[in-house]
Amino acid sequence: MNYIYELHRAMMAQKVILVYEGDFTQETTKSILSMAERNLDSSGEDSSIKRKVFNVMVEALQNIVRHSSEQGMRAGSLLSKSAIFLISRDDKQYSVMTGNPIQKDKVAQLTKNLDDLNSKDKEGLKEMYKEIIKNTQISEKGGAGLGFVDMARKSGEKLEFVFAPMDAEHDFFCLKVNISREKE
Amino acid sequence: MDILNLKGTEDTPTILLDKKNGIFEISGRSLPEDSAEFYRPVLEWIKAYGAEPNANTDFTFKLEYFNTASSKLILDVLSALEDIKSMKILWYFHDDDEDMEEAGQEFSELVEIPFEFKTY
Repeated sequence: MNYIYELHRAMMAQKVILVYEGDFTQETTKSILSMAERNLDSSGEDSSIKRKVFNVMVEALQNIVRHSSEQGMRAGSLLSKSAIFLISRDDKQYSVMTGNPIQKDKVAQLTKNLDDLNSKDKEGLKEMYKEIIKNTQISEKGGAGLGFVDMARKSGEKLEFVFAPMDAEHDFFCLKVNISREKE
Repeated sequence: MDILNLKGTEDTPTILLDKKNGIFEISGRSLPEDSAEFYRPVLEWIKAYGAEPNANTDFTFKLEYFNTASSKLILDVLSALEDIKSMKILWYFHDDDEDMEEAGQEFSELVEIPFEFKTY
């Protein structure tokens, strides 16, 4: 049972304030948001920073709800809809982090999209947002294709990401979005 | 014309569209799972209203937060309002909410309707 203490220590060391692991639905999204909001409120965080964190959390969570279902369930396998969501807070910043399985054949395109986002400055991201919103249609999964652009805009920093190999067909997509606690 | 009155929840906005009393307002939080489905009755109402609108219309957006899928539907709502004569958008934002102010400015650049910006 030592892993309980180890997990606790790891979370303390990383200054994690909330972690959720499992199936993601709109209902779990609402519960996670409400817990995180209570935490932000009780910490007395500045309201504009609180709003940015909330914003990034919603997009990150709804991304998982929409895309992790692509994976389908396979009993007894590592491969499931299971994903992870974490928020940490230190003196300088909040970090909203997610991890979910993704098919290997989608990694190249996603990498390209995220690299493209990360190459743009504030003005470039704004133009990109306006271009997408004008031309996009809501997908079958309910997304507008604007989630990552919006997260990058609210963060004001580069989106950090890695793909960890899972099995022959899947990688685990890890995303970290930072929100500075210092007011502009 | 029927009043469209949707009570807000933790993930959907309050919507009141009342032609007779001249109240047209979307307020609160908008992060529904299916934004297209949620806004469908709103778009249908506006379409019907456009056939016989009031002499002038002040349409209020007083949103605390909306997700990106809702932002697409808000643009669809604005595009539907664009064709109605003497239309004006009142875009409210909390006085320290620069992101909501900027979002309103961006919408105003995407449609041909006058926007008036107000803080609350």
